[in-house]
Amino acid sequence: MSIANESFRPKIVAFCCNWCSYAGADLAGSSRLSYPADVKIIRVPCSCRVNPMFILRAFERGADGVILCGCHPGDCHYTTGNYYTRRRMTLLFSMLDFLGVENGRTRVEWVSAAEGVKFSATMNEFVETIRALGPNVRLGDLRCRS
Amino acid sequence: MQRIGVFVCHCGSNIAATVDVKKVVELVRMEPGVVWAEDYPYMCSEAGQSRIAEAIRTQKLTGVVVCSCSPRMHEATFRKCAERSGLNPYMVEIANIREHCSWIHKNTEEATEKAVILARAAIAKVNLNTPLQAGESRVTKRALVIGGGIAGIQTALDIADAGYEVDIVEKTPSIGGRMSQLDKTFPTLDCSACILTPKMVEASANEKITLYTYSEVEKVSGFVGDFTVDIRKKARSVDMSKCTGCGVCQEKCPSRKTPNEFNRGLNTRSAIYTPFAQAIPNVPVIDREHCIKFQTGKCGVCAKVCQAGAIDYEQKDEIITRKYGAIVVATGFDMIKLDKYGEYAYEQSPDVITSLELERIMNAAGPTKGHLERMSDHRPPKNIVFIQCVGSRCADERGKSYCSKICCMYTAKHAMLIRDKYPDVNVTVFYIDVRTPGKNFDEFYRRAVEEYHVNYIKGQVGKVTPQPDGTLLVHGVDLLDNHQVKIEADMVVLAAAIEPNPDVRKIATMLTASIDTNNFLTEAHPKLRPVESPTAGIFLSGVCQGPKDIPETVSQAGAAAVKVIGLLAKDKLLTNPCTAKADVLACNGCSACANVCPYGAISYEDQEVRAPGVREIRRVAVVNSALCQGCGACTVACPSGAMDLQGFSNRQMIAEVDAICR
Repeated sequence: MSIANESFRPKIVAFCCNWCSYAGADLAGSSRLSYPADVKIIRVPCSCRVNPMFILRAFERGADGVILCGCHPGDCHYTTGNYYTRRRMTLLFSMLDFLGVENGRTRVEWVSAAEGVKFSATMNEFVETIRALGPNVRLGDLRCRS
Repeated sequence: MQRIGVFVCHCGSNIAATVDVKKVVELVRMEPGVVWAEDYPYMCSEAGQSRIAEAIRTQKLTGVVVCSCSPRMHEATFRKCAERSGLNPYMVEIANIREHCSWIHKNTEEATEKAVILARAAIAKVNLNTPLQAGESRVTKRALVIGGGIAGIQTALDIADAGYEVDIVEKTPSIGGRMSQLDKTFPTLDCSACILTPKMVEASANEKITLYTYSEVEKVSGFVGDFTVDIRKKARSVDMSKCTGCGVCQEKCPSRKTPNEFNRGLNTRSAIYTPFAQAIPNVPVIDREHCIKFQTGKCGVCAKVCQAGAIDYEQKDEIITRKYGAIVVATGFDMIKLDKYGEYAYEQSPDVITSLELERIMNAAGPTKGHLERMSDHRPPKNIVFIQCVGSRCADERGKSYCSKICCMYTAKHAMLIRDKYPDVNVTVFYIDVRTPGKNFDEFYRRAVEEYHVNYIKGQVGKVTPQPDGTLLVHGVDLLDNHQVKIEADMVVLAAAIEPNPDVRKIATMLTASIDTNNFLTEAHPKLRPVESPTAGIFLSGVCQGPKDIPETVSQAGAAAVKVIGLLAKDKLLTNPCTAKADVLACNGCSACANVCPYGAISYEDQEVRAPGVREIRRVAVVNSALCQGCGACTVACPSGAMDLQGFSNRQMIAEVDAICR
């Protein structure tokens, strides 16, 4: 029951690992593969650096979607980091879904340094999903609303 | 409170065309901690950097935010600039407003708004930055080259030339690689073995180079300057120190039915074998899987005929552990498997062969002693059809999307050599495009067409049908004439796509070097750092990085060697100070962090913990900053929040999240 709201500009936080996905985002940039400006990227050394607290914090502060990008399984610069990410986020996302933050608002994606096209396509798709879901109201801290 | 300076770069028009730079400057001025903000056309230029340096001095800045291109591009530049001006380099952060903003957004208003938000996030982070000191680590002055083809050999020779020790690890019994299988090389048509074997001999004779043939890399740990590598030296079953290389064992071996890998399975070899006559080392190995002695226990002919007593059935695999400062990957390529290309009848007819098989057939040391003949009935062919781009430039998932680069040239070479030696043979080439960029390449191709009258047909082949009389009916299309063609051929040669050696995935995982979707190793920068992997201390040589011919491989091998030499020439390296650190007051020594650490960098020791109302000896985590690589896995695993990552601390990350969601 998505209400087509053209003026809705979602806030989207993307955590990208320094070795693969951040470089993939750079490649998307230098290849001029556009995606909506709603996506803001935070660089982390490895996807496993992302504490579930950061994601909760983002939702609390009014983010409408959070995406976490890392190296493909088996390609982690730190050997095992993305495996931890995968397990942690599976737990976190199912808990968030239980709390009413729909599964579509959270996502883990593996993007290598050579996959500029995939990065851009993923972001376009993710923003589309969030736009369809509408603003996130479940976890937002009312005191943070401006 | 920090005193932060914000420097917004126009990057010519790269940023300024879509981002209203002046507005960004104006808005970031109001951010907490910002005491200085300015824009400049090229911040990375000498003049731009001196503006930053001057502001650091005059404004007494304690933190710097540069809004510019990706930190992967210029973070190091600006950090060095800060350091020269007396500011700790780790007080500098980059807001990426080019790759992540101006280049991908068209709307100025949206792009400017995003640039401001990205700048805010960086400012919020710098507000919480603390000065960090890089440590030092030693450099082991020895290099490892994985792969003993022309790429590996050339890299090793160049490194050894500079006076450093190099080890080559080669999986097969001999160095030489793909190039040793080739007959002639384009565009000069000189004999491949004649130019390769002197290099092989040079590599084995060089006292700085150690060859580990019939060996594989088993385990890699450590980091740039200090890798520890386990090499498995597989049991040769022949004592290298005793063997004289006489070859009697190979002649007398009764097991002769093993497909000969070196000749691409076109003939067979004995169970004890050297891959080819000029093999280095010239010491055979026993293929235990096909050896009668190892399979049934009864034989031992080789041991009986060996005058030197070199055969050793009891030999075991040996693990050698060595330290290296740098590792070069030169694992090369193979041709793709053609099982998905049923239309070319490769598996049905022995007369449909790949180009590498033709290379062996044309070689004097090959299965037919260099006579061009059909593998089915050993008759000389009258009509040969070459099919280009089998699996290269392929849109579907059967093949590869890329151009294999070498096929156009080697097919011209094959066509020319055949027409030269057998002028009666008709040669037809089906091609999509003929790609011959390179020195003397197009001239070479034109000679094939004009001088040797090779029949080039632009178009693809739909089907190859083996006929009852043993010929092959090739159904193709001529796109220039726009009609279908049928050619009765005696032999069909497929220019199969090349792909990275299948082992490269395993090796890349061990080295934590990144790899692309086609299994080629990724370079640190596609243009400016083509021979380095993004993982420090790992270098790339040859086709493992992308398709290339011999001259390109040799130049890249030299380039990789120079990078290795540059690294080994240093006595010490600065280490990344962004490592984990435990807060002893919060730590309860639960071991959660050590369990997830991939480097074993966390240990526990009893420390006296003092706080108001607390004074006790407690077991707490201690991070060895020389081993820690700064992934941050432990920071999330820690249930009490005692573990934090310097440079990417919990507070810094949350500040960034807050700034973006504001």
